[in-house]
Amino acid sequence: MSARNRELSYLVAVSILTGIGFASVYIARQAVVSWGSLTYAALFVGLYLAAHLVARAIVPNADPYLLPMAGLMTAVGLTEIYRLDPTDAFRQGLWIVIGVSGFAATMIALRYDYRVLESYKYLFGVGAIALLFLPLLPGIGLTVNGSREWVSLGGFTFQPGELAKIFLIVFLAAYLREKREVLAQGRLKDMGPLLAIWAGAMLVLATTNDIGSAFLFFGIFIAMLYIATGRALYVGVGFALFLAGGYVAEREIAHIGERVTIWLHPFTDRAVFCPETATMLVRQQCQSYQLVNSLYSIANGGFGGTGLGRGTFTNTGGTQLIPELNSDFIYSALAQELGLIGVSALILVFMVFVARGMKVALQVDDGFSKLLAAGLTFGFALQTFVIVGGILRLIPLTGITFPFISYGGSSIVANFLLLAGLLLVSHRANSTA
Amino acid sequence: MNRQISRVALVGLGLLAALIVATTYWQTWAAAGLTGREDNEIEQRVVQIETKRGLIYASNGRTLLAANKATRVAGQTAYTRTYPNGGLASQTVGYSTPGRSRAGVEAAENSYLTASNADLGTIFSTIGDRLKGTTVTGNNIVLTIDAHAQRLAQHLLAGTCGAAVALDPTTGAVDVIASSPGFNPNGMESSAGYARIAATRSPCPPAPASPLFNRATEGLYPPGSTFKTITAAAALDDKVYAPGSTFFDPGYCTEYGQKITNALDQDGPEAYGLVNLVEAYQHSINAVFCNIGQKLGSERILKEARRFGFYSVPPLETPPQERVASGTYKNGNLFDPHTPSQYGQVDPGRLAFGQATMLVTPLQMALVAAAVADKGVEMTPMLIRKIISPGGSVIASPRPHLWRRATTPATAAELRNMMIAVVQAGTGTEAQIPGVSVAGKTGTAETATGSDVYDAWFIFFAPAEDPVVAGAVVIPDQRDGFGGAIAAPIARELMEAILPSTSNTTSQSNGN
Repeated sequence: MSARNRELSYLVAVSILTGIGFASVYIARQAVVSWGSLTYAALFVGLYLAAHLVARAIVPNADPYLLPMAGLMTAVGLTEIYRLDPTDAFRQGLWIVIGVSGFAATMIALRYDYRVLESYKYLFGVGAIALLFLPLLPGIGLTVNGSREWVSLGGFTFQPGELAKIFLIVFLAAYLREKREVLAQGRLKDMGPLLAIWAGAMLVLATTNDIGSAFLFFGIFIAMLYIATGRALYVGVGFALFLAGGYVAEREIAHIGERVTIWLHPFTDRAVFCPETATMLVRQQCQSYQLVNSLYSIANGGFGGTGLGRGTFTNTGGTQLIPELNSDFIYSALAQELGLIGVSALILVFMVFVARGMKVALQVDDGFSKLLAAGLTFGFALQTFVIVGGILRLIPLTGITFPFISYGGSSIVANFLLLAGLLLVSHRANSTA
Repeated sequence: MNRQISRVALVGLGLLAALIVATTYWQTWAAAGLTGREDNEIEQRVVQIETKRGLIYASNGRTLLAANKATRVAGQTAYTRTYPNGGLASQTVGYSTPGRSRAGVEAAENSYLTASNADLGTIFSTIGDRLKGTTVTGNNIVLTIDAHAQRLAQHLLAGTCGAAVALDPTTGAVDVIASSPGFNPNGMESSAGYARIAATRSPCPPAPASPLFNRATEGLYPPGSTFKTITAAAALDDKVYAPGSTFFDPGYCTEYGQKITNALDQDGPEAYGLVNLVEAYQHSINAVFCNIGQKLGSERILKEARRFGFYSVPPLETPPQERVASGTYKNGNLFDPHTPSQYGQVDPGRLAFGQATMLVTPLQMALVAAAVADKGVEMTPMLIRKIISPGGSVIASPRPHLWRRATTPATAAELRNMMIAVVQAGTGTEAQIPGVSVAGKTGTAETATGSDVYDAWFIFFAPAEDPVVAGAVVIPDQRDGFGGAIAAPIARELMEAILPSTSNTTSQSNGN
């Protein structure tokens, strides 16, 4: 069977799963949702069929697993968002349309050779920096939950950081491909770019107050630098620098210090000062309220979960307990409804996606493509770790999105671009081999 | 570059695998701890949605003391508690709020009420309900409380900080367990309702109203002369005195060089002169009992008290923290003497007529009356008549069982005659019921705090020959009034309400 025919058969399996998902939400919540839920499944299948046709035309030899896995992740996210708030699911559906269009446009634009991107590397580098600092512009920048990472334009909000991440990876792939021999010597003077990027990451951290994004960007950079040069020293120095910077930020920037405190001590037995109400409260009733309720939600799921549509997200008075449930905290909603079995399976899909992405990087024969595929894939893995690890209290919680799953337009569009990039590289790897 | 890519791939996969490990930790290892946390509102909600608590009935099986109301929120049905009879037996039935603070039978029998008890039939039906996704329905509980008598008791106690207990001395089944002031448990859920309960005006200032406090089982009062029953039992059991033993009452007793007068007696003479033990008990002569106490010593009296259940927390189907032991208290803690020097710290003369540092609960004094009524045997007091599954089958119907043998049948019979004498022609004549022979003992206890403020007591059982009800009533902080005048009439009304039918009993005794 050809790669594309296999892709199609996997997509059929994903479509059936999606249909079952929406049907079970419908059955569990008949009082809230209607038969119309199944039209979401139909729309969804249509969109992925379109993406498949584009792939069939432009990248016939690309990896057949990546697109269906992205489809599955998006379907899980959309089903859960629909279960939590049907209106948000409608908007998310529109974003997926835009994402698939972006995917198709990227494919078509780069159909001959995506390596032309190499010649525009500084454009991407400058673009990434510009996007990162966009939220700081007065008038359009927006602060959500203490982090300044949103842009609002004409009633339309997005996180430019998501796109900046893709741009940065393209820039780094091109730049490191060119400079790798020089950097590989590991001389002190070659530490310059490392320090520059570190300074940039710290600047992002200090200005946007977002430790998660800073860690994500810096982590992608270190990983790509290591792949390009093979020098573990860079990794060690890079980590040490980041930890030092993080330590200073934790002490100097109140918002980041608070995040760290919540992470280390979410529960207190005695009342502590609560800045929001200016009264004394136990921390779980104040700063760590979201994190603690998210943990309660996960714990309630247990091994098998409550089932789609049957989870509990409100208190006895019917008030929603976890804000941002369908974006930042969607993992705790999924963990409750799908249980350990369900979310472990979902993370396994993420792992297979990462494994396939890395395989593309291993197979392709030119440096730029290797760095691009590995960078995109590692960025995807690290972003998943930063958000889910934050929810699971492995690291301090930050508000970045869960790739393909969370509600949010910029994230969906950026991840479809990432997917397009991987498929293009994969097609090239399999065509030349 | 491939070697580096492989390593980075492993790091990426390792990070994601760590997420599975962490999720496993939270959903298995740590889940129980998180679920059990007081502030876990998700769990509270889940319990509300998934379980419909069992109903609680009074002994007639009809009067609902606790029921459920269903509300639909976000497409799910949630159950909250409602108490159709408001404050009826509120401190004993208790309450169950979504915040999972519970009290009374609601707390003590929570596992039966939520069908989480380890009874095989219940386990299967609960598993079945969960698999079907339907609401788990708890088991219903029928209490031994007599709704009519309970309502009457609460009405009679209104406006005091008193309590009353009445039970069947042969089975231990509690008919009445009342504590004033009460509260309406329907208010426990909302903060406004709770504020109203907390703001209940105290009928006995400066003491707080404490409406949630079950004075019948946790209220400590000096027993006053009702304690003479224990002193007399000690004297009779040890054969130190017989009912016919004579004493000379000079009108006072000298204790540690100080005169203690009979000032508390109602209308009797200042000094009775020559009396026997029955008469001393009948007229509650402190001077005589003071001398008996000095003769017996505090060790003997307290050992007798221990046999009646003092120094132990009486059993009952309420949370243990809602019951306290009776006995000698020191600085607010139970002082349980065991060595001669410890016994030496209790003044025997004053102990003999229920003063010194002796503090008792109404439940304990009801059990003293019950022991005298039931040939010296104290049955375990119980509140639960039966537990019924939602399907209607009886899961449990607790059998009466013995708590302790307080005294010999012979002593019990002698004490009964003394208690009959009290009601016939002594301090307790207010408790007389036409056609029924009533036994009782009054008490008018000096309180630790106030001078000229007394706690009025009456302990009782009836019919004296074949008792079906025994109990205790205490009305504290009475400025002018004695146990016989204040507590005995309340006891009479309770007995009348509980006795099968006064006319019926009369015809029976006529037939004999």
